[in-house]
Amino acid sequence: MHIVDGALANEVVIAGALLSAAGVAIGLKKMDMDRLPQTGILSAVFFIASLVHVPVGFSSVHLILNGLIGIALGWAAFPALLIALLLQAVFFGFGGLLVLGVNTFNIALPALLVYLICGHGVRHLNPKVAALWGAAAGALAIAFTALLVGASLALSGEGFITAAKLAFASHIPVMLLEGFLTGATVLLLSKVKPEILGVSGDRA
Amino acid sequence: MPKFLEHSTVSWKGQQLKHPSSAIDRLDPRLRAVLTFLFALLVVSCQHYPALISALLVSLVTAMIARVDRKRTLRRVLAMDLFMIFLLILLPFSVPGDSFLTLAGLSASWQGLHQALVIILKANAVILMLLTLVGTMDASTLGHALARLKVPEKLVHLMLFTVRYLDVINREYKRMRMAMRARSFVARSDLHTWRTFGYLFGMLLVRSLERSERIMMAMKCRGFKGQLYLLDEIHWRRQDSFCCLLATAILAIIAGLELNSPLLLSNGG
Repeated sequence: MHIVDGALANEVVIAGALLSAAGVAIGLKKMDMDRLPQTGILSAVFFIASLVHVPVGFSSVHLILNGLIGIALGWAAFPALLIALLLQAVFFGFGGLLVLGVNTFNIALPALLVYLICGHGVRHLNPKVAALWGAAAGALAIAFTALLVGASLALSGEGFITAAKLAFASHIPVMLLEGFLTGATVLLLSKVKPEILGVSGDRA
Repeated sequence: MPKFLEHSTVSWKGQQLKHPSSAIDRLDPRLRAVLTFLFALLVVSCQHYPALISALLVSLVTAMIARVDRKRTLRRVLAMDLFMIFLLILLPFSVPGDSFLTLAGLSASWQGLHQALVIILKANAVILMLLTLVGTMDASTLGHALARLKVPEKLVHLMLFTVRYLDVINREYKRMRMAMRARSFVARSDLHTWRTFGYLFGMLLVRSLERSERIMMAMKCRGFKGQLYLLDEIHWRRQDSFCCLLATAILAIIAGLELNSPLLLSNGG
């Protein structure tokens, strides 16, 4: 999940930093003052969620929830996730400093993609339909993240290809868990407070 | 599932790492942030053992000067190592080269081992320096330092909001978990658990967002227009200039070691 400093090739680290910077710049531009607290909250939710371990099979995995962050924030997911990852690196030593760009990109791009693919679906008026789209968003976001983590490793050298495959395989249970969990979250939100999902107040 | 596995070994307990005050705390936060970044840049571009080992030693000495909590810092550094443990174990087997060990038909190469060791040294040196120089700051001090270093204002505001909400959300999460425990919820590996966690996060969002709306309205009442005025006392002092010189000298020595070291092994990275 969090890649450490020194593992990736310089080209990958630089590309990750540039792409993330572009994403963050667009995200900041689209985030107006009224959305600032909401973005801060989702950033904090991501931070806390990654400290929560949920049992899967015989072991446990920590939550990522980038699908949920994506459908709630859209482009603003880039700055939100950058801040959360920066705080985690600084105060908990998760990941590293220079790879922050790569780590942000690997988690925030899937969030954005999921927003573009499932954003419309989770606003469906029938909560059950919305929940199905939410589940798809949760699972897809992890699948994209796993692909990107694998790709950043594989692009850094031949020796990393086995590790990249392993990283991808280890994300499959997480995918199932996050899909189910995000589906349940969207079901609840669409019944209780659909505005979070972007449904305008009068329709709800 | 045993209880201790339910949470990570770390949890957000407010702001900076608790530690007795030290010489590092009196340094300018901007200097600490910039030095950490330069140190990371230098370490990541090194490839040879003499430079990398001295960089790790520099990190260790700095951590001792900063008087960080040894047990906790060590645990965090080890946790980071565990993140990448599979990658590091696999490397000797997946990098082609002269074999030194054959295990179940797979041969481990010196080149792969070298590459794994280099990654371990780099990652540990950087993370230890980061935890020592920046992790000992108050999170809001870090925000102010970044603002003074010309990080976009909106991003700094977002960070200050996030730091504030971390505490709120963490407490809200703990409260809801306690309510779940009172109704004898035990986390298992089943759909019921997963659905419950989904609802838990949904409720967490609903409650915190309603709270944030109230905060936003209260802030607007007091004339908030998207601008937080940063009041702080960040000043450059003589000891900062001294530390800056010292750090430049240390970085130069590490760079010198790197440039002068002969190739120990055929270059892996």
